Amino acid sequence: MSATSAIAAVRGESHSASEWRLMWVKFKDHRLALASLAVLGLFYGIALVAPFLAPYDSWQPSRFAFAPPAKLHFFLPGHWGRPAVYGMKVISNPETFERTTLPDPTKILPVRFFVRGSQYTWFGLIDSNLRLFGVDDGQINLLGTDILGRDCFSRAILATRISVTVGIVGVLITFVLGALIGGASGYYGGVVDNVTQRFLEFVTCVPTIPMWMALGAAIPSYWSDVKVYFSITIILALRSWTGLSRQVRSKLLQLRDEEYVVAARVAGASDSRIILTHLLPGFASYLIVSLTLEIPRMILGETTLSFFGLGLRPPTVSWGVLLQDAQNLAAISSYPWLMFPAVMVVICVLAFNFLGDGLRDAADPYKE
Amino acid sequence: MLNEIYARAVILSRYVLKRLLWASVVLVLVSFFSFLVIQLPPGDFLDSYVETLSRSGMGVDSAQLASLRHAYGLDRSMIVQYWDWVTRFARGDMGISLLYAKKVSVVISERLPWTLLVMIASMLLMYLISIPIGVYSARKQYSTGDFAASIVVFLGMATPAFLLSLVLMWVVYLVFGISLGGLQSPQFMNQPFSWAAAKDLLWHLPVPIFVVAVAGMANLIRTMRATLLDELGKQYVTTARAKGLEEKKLIWRYPVRMALNPIISSGGWLLAELFSGDTVVGIVLGLPTIGPVMYRALLAEDMYLAASCVMVMSILTVIGFLISDIILAFNDPRIQLS
Repeated sequence: MSATSAIAAVRGESHSASEWRLMWVKFKDHRLALASLAVLGLFYGIALVAPFLAPYDSWQPSRFAFAPPAKLHFFLPGHWGRPAVYGMKVISNPETFERTTLPDPTKILPVRFFVRGSQYTWFGLIDSNLRLFGVDDGQINLLGTDILGRDCFSRAILATRISVTVGIVGVLITFVLGALIGGASGYYGGVVDNVTQRFLEFVTCVPTIPMWMALGAAIPSYWSDVKVYFSITIILALRSWTGLSRQVRSKLLQLRDEEYVVAARVAGASDSRIILTHLLPGFASYLIVSLTLEIPRMILGETTLSFFGLGLRPPTVSWGVLLQDAQNLAAISSYPWLMFPAVMVVICVLAFNFLGDGLRDAADPYKE
Repeated sequence: MLNEIYARAVILSRYVLKRLLWASVVLVLVSFFSFLVIQLPPGDFLDSYVETLSRSGMGVDSAQLASLRHAYGLDRSMIVQYWDWVTRFARGDMGISLLYAKKVSVVISERLPWTLLVMIASMLLMYLISIPIGVYSARKQYSTGDFAASIVVFLGMATPAFLLSLVLMWVVYLVFGISLGGLQSPQFMNQPFSWAAAKDLLWHLPVPIFVVAVAGMANLIRTMRATLLDELGKQYVTTARAKGLEEKKLIWRYPVRMALNPIISSGGWLLAELFSGDTVVGIVLGLPTIGPVMYRALLAEDMYLAASCVMVMSILTVIGFLISDIILAFNDPRIQLS
């Protein structure tokens, strides 16, 4: 059913179908956006149960440095139809003394599900050691290991928690700043507007990445992980509120002289009441769209800052922190699996962009 | 007729004056921010200086330190320090870089030409690639080409610039067997100009310029496509078509020109974006531009250098905004009237 006829159907069944209902009907038609929503659901699902999905802890070292990704075998003798991986061995080159980790076909490790691994605390609430999968003696590294023999798969999974939430927390701060400043600017106009516009111009004139870097570098090294995390989200939001406040301002300028608003004012409604009950619903959908499109920018920002060592720092793991290991040509060409977190960044950011685009189309009442 | 020209000139110069005034307000705010960059890290310039000295085995006694602190004015109030810094900056005295053991102004002026070269070249490349693609996408909406362009645009938006530079560096290494790093090969650095050096430079330029350009291209293509789609639906296009104007002439002469307006007005914003791109790409590829210097200065807590870099980049961006505003005013008579 096309969007137009679907909307007509909704309108027919009830003349008072809400704006949100109409948006949802149009949104459902946008297949790419719908798929993106599913992908994002997967990412946040992973973030929610990350320690259960990851077979190891993010900092747990092993003697197998730079092990290549383990292949899953399904038809090994004695393990037909069930997944198994080869064990690993370390070989030293007699001339260069370089140590290489290779799969060892003589050792077969069947993959077991719901195993007991190392202890973790889930959201500081539940202590557990249940892991989705693992092997009995030896280790399983689906995405290989890094220089300290840590499991790249586990690290990428655990990093998801930080990377996908940075955007959400940052967007909340963006929303508060953007709505307040843009709202004041557009509603009161005059001097308030002039001052905020100049300030906005200033923020746009300082190039984003250098600004983030300068502020990121100022975070003291002795701060706790939590403090650093929130500082980074605030730093990211310090730049991103400008777009939102600009939109809020122009919408308010457009709406504040509408007759229904003037009527409310004449009837003696307070400023906050006019803004919250009369003006805000008029552009709430636009706000949501622009906030959705702001999240991927923040994820990219955090990744870039952490990649350059000015954002989150080990032992915190985020995608950007993990990519620090892949900073030079030598690392990339010898151990390409270290780049995997980059794939997750690209997929996640793509999904957010598609979702935002779908929402934008759905929220536009003139688009049929 | 003369009167009319005179009136226009007055309106325009008044507009330019107003813009200049606002730009100077923005510059003051920018200088506050740059000063903040110096002040933010714990400790001051002398603390890191003492640390550098003690690392190299030299001690500084506290009396000497106090007199130095007085000489540099670090014992005075924040406002006095700011005023001191900003007036010196205006005179071209940006302090001393501990990292490079040179004057900050020297470090920056060595890199400014390279920065401008990369910026201008990537800006041109950006326009050259994205305007035709945007026009094509709008004219052949929903065609395979439009679809392919959209995929490239979205991927470009989703790929962090550092990743793109890393991957391209890898590809160039695999295909050509050369490792990119910097704009010049080591043997040509700090050498007088020669044809060999120029050729060498040409060989190193494309990847950094391409990567910096790609970072902002996605947005430009999207804007071009969207505005042109709006224009193409308008009646003057139908009229021109009905009168039998050749399609190519029609598109490029009228709707494309209209659609270019928002792109001109985003010129200043684009410059800020390019500085961001240049910083990231420059660090990864080791370019001799300002961004990477700022990064190294931040890591080494060489705050005068870092702050001056931020300041210089912002000043250039403010100038970019000013120029694009003025061009727009000359281009669009509607702005002159209001």
